[in-house]
Amino acid sequence: MEPVTEGTILAQDGDLKTQEYFVNMGPQHPSTHGVLRLVLGLDGEIITKVEPHIGYIHRSIEKMCEHDNYRQIVHLTDRMDYLSAHINNEAVCLAVENALEIEVSDRVKVIRTIFAELTRLASHQLWWGVMGMDLGALTTFLYAFRDREMINDIFEETCGARLTMNYNVPGGLMFDLHPNFQKRVKEFLVHFKSKLPEYDMLLSDNVIFRQRTEGVGVLSKEDAISFGVTGPTARGSGVSCDVRKLHPYSAYDRVEFKEILMADGDSFARYKARILEMWESISIVEQLLDNIPEGDILAPTKAVIKLPKGEFYQRVETARGELGVYVISDGGKSPYRLKFRSPGFSNLFVLEHIAKGAKIADLVAMMSTIDIVVPDIDR
Amino acid sequence: MEESGYFDFSPIVNNIHESLAASFSPGWAMAIAWALIGITLILFAALSVIILVYVERKVAAFFQVRLGPMRVGPWGLLQTVADFIKLLMKEHITSRNADKFLFNLAPFIIVTAAFLGLGAIPFALGLHIFDINIGLFYITAVSSVGVLGILLGGWAGNNKYSLIGALRSGAQIVSYELSITLSLLAVVVLAGSLQLSEIIASQENGWWIFKGHISAWIAFVIFMIAGTAETNRGPFDLAEAESELTAGFHTEYSGIKFAMFFLAEYLSLFIIASVGATVFFGGWLPFHIGTWQAFNHIMDYIPPIVWFFGKVAGIIGIIMWFKWTFPRLRIDQLLILEWKYLLPINLFNLILVSFIALMGWYF
Amino acid sequence: MKAVAKYFSGIAHGLKTLLTGMKVTGYYFSHARKEIITQQYPENREELQMFERFRGIVEMPHDENNEHACTGCSACEVACPNGSIEILWQRVVDPETGKKKKIIDKHVYHYAMCTLCNLCIIACPTDAIVMGKTFEHAVYDRKQLTQILNKPGSKVRADVKD
Repeated sequence: MEPVTEGTILAQDGDLKTQEYFVNMGPQHPSTHGVLRLVLGLDGEIITKVEPHIGYIHRSIEKMCEHDNYRQIVHLTDRMDYLSAHINNEAVCLAVENALEIEVSDRVKVIRTIFAELTRLASHQLWWGVMGMDLGALTTFLYAFRDREMINDIFEETCGARLTMNYNVPGGLMFDLHPNFQKRVKEFLVHFKSKLPEYDMLLSDNVIFRQRTEGVGVLSKEDAISFGVTGPTARGSGVSCDVRKLHPYSAYDRVEFKEILMADGDSFARYKARILEMWESISIVEQLLDNIPEGDILAPTKAVIKLPKGEFYQRVETARGELGVYVISDGGKSPYRLKFRSPGFSNLFVLEHIAKGAKIADLVAMMSTIDIVVPDIDR
Repeated sequence: MEESGYFDFSPIVNNIHESLAASFSPGWAMAIAWALIGITLILFAALSVIILVYVERKVAAFFQVRLGPMRVGPWGLLQTVADFIKLLMKEHITSRNADKFLFNLAPFIIVTAAFLGLGAIPFALGLHIFDINIGLFYITAVSSVGVLGILLGGWAGNNKYSLIGALRSGAQIVSYELSITLSLLAVVVLAGSLQLSEIIASQENGWWIFKGHISAWIAFVIFMIAGTAETNRGPFDLAEAESELTAGFHTEYSGIKFAMFFLAEYLSLFIIASVGATVFFGGWLPFHIGTWQAFNHIMDYIPPIVWFFGKVAGIIGIIMWFKWTFPRLRIDQLLILEWKYLLPINLFNLILVSFIALMGWYF
Repeated sequence: MKAVAKYFSGIAHGLKTLLTGMKVTGYYFSHARKEIITQQYPENREELQMFERFRGIVEMPHDENNEHACTGCSACEVACPNGSIEILWQRVVDPETGKKKKIIDKHVYHYAMCTLCNLCIIACPTDAIVMGKTFEHAVYDRKQLTQILNKPGSKVRADVKD
């Protein structure tokens, strides 16, 4: 080492090089929401690269579907996006019903819609709680779970399970509604409508929260379309993609609701889109709850369901975006090939694009607002 | 202090001192006295941390509409004792490429720094380990030594998460040290002394938070914000940032070494709260209202040590309230808050308070 | 001047929003007695009531004569997506007709594989199996998860026809 004398230039502008380094965020990490592994390239706190590695919870659900009959497939979809279990079930059932050209009764349609919206509420509640926790506000988690518990109880009373409900069967529903259903849902709506403003008071209006999310992870409308992003994540960027509006299924054509579109495309816009969606879901449930028509809960189907030869596609709007079920049937009792187009998969990979140049703390906020569920990505 | 209506600990302390001096040579008496003080402090620290952890968990639970620890002992009172025993018995894990010496040194530095601060705090009349004339300066000085332990611990663990956490903590504490000192200076200007006993004595006729009106309030708000940041607690817990850095600077620590970080965190919380109580709320002085003799007399019946711990508990409660409500700041926002908001306001407040002191516009 | 006003209004707004948040949590803290929703689980076992449709485990109800309704038709076995149900047969001679007849020997239920999807229950033509309301199914040995649902010595109720 040379002695430092007067006039020695120790470091010049541009001499000070920082070393880029890699950090494995996950598969075990508190805020990757499951077993997702993100390889981060970091320059200090600044993210230079994000590389999602998936497959840690791949259970080959699509392959398993090729061996099960059409009634058995339904329960597997519970375990994809477990927060939208009912909506996943509904997608498969709708695909099978459309292929068989079965017309389910109005009662089934309405009940399915109510359940789907309650599922969406439960999912958004959980997302809100976890979002707060990711940003360091630990209390939100418990408040969200408190409210979500009421929905889970409603589900449990009617179909016996809280999360993996398996309430739909091709042709209708497994059980009729429990007599207490309407009463309980009304109780929940009263409770939740008083609690939802608290969500705003705790997070949405909070100055720290606003700073953490506004202008963070901006996803432009063009990028959202080209990445195939759907759901509230895309609607936060102003992409109109609500399947409930564009291709109404079940009873969505007989209810009035707004498709929430935000302009900014940042984390806060995505956050706000979900919060406003909760109000819309509440309104949909309220519109349907008091006029559930009478009717059969199960349309007659053959003992062994065989789909006609051909290809069938059904899409629904889960809490995370558009879920597509693509069935290729060779006329047998199980599908020849069944492909799920899961919203989480497309939504996750936008992270690579929007996280560049952000800080580690921002990545957590982005991941939260994209709202990924890892089993949905891996399937 | 001319009035001595309060329960004074100094006779007890003097008695112990005299009996030691009577039975031992001066050197030994000194050594034994220090040992006694040390043991008392350690016991006090351990006890207060155990209580604080329990209280924190219960408070967090109540904020979060749940019950909190309920299993060990009645209402879970012995939960933290059980946890402490568990931590004592756990394996010490040192990662392979860790710098072993620094890795083991870091927890000691951080705990030592916390203990040093405890030495200058006046718990009650006469219960004050050393009442130096620069007490406040001393406390602010030693409380910033703790960051050295965080930096070393984060560096030595050979873990990138720890390193990021440690460097965040470095930037944070260097910045917020300014604010906390300047906000305390506001009261020092009014009280005219850095000695903690003098500051308390100057509040005999009313606490500075009332006497110093506007400038004291500003100083107190800044003190609370900076103090929360100084103790590395939420919403300023960037060094730990569970959801970003798993556990931040102590990711690699386990067992008793982890417990020492824990201990230091709660001790520094206690120190910050007691400094706040001493400087703004009159330390162990009872609450008096002007000339309400009867009321003041009743207040005098409550012993000073209860007053002190009551005020400390209040401030700790507010800091816990912060933690269980707010989201965490990002590192750049943290620095913006300090350098663009707290520091200019603080400097302005210092000028204001000097002016107020000069003109005698305080009560 | 505008910038200065914005600076201070920003601080005021920020403090206000922070205090709003603290008000919410403060309410829950001060009303903890009323608002706490968690329960102490093993202590409240007695009063813990599951919903009547709760799906806990597959059970086969037996009546007081140790008779059940399972004819061993294996509809549940076919309906099960995971192979959690196995029906073992036994061939006996029917004393009345003298013909050989298949009856159920063992209704084997692998709880470890079961996803509680309820398909077997709705497939059962004689309502021989139901979903139990119990939910504490942890065991120390994996083998204990495999159960034989029909009790030893039990037989099919007389009024049940295949």
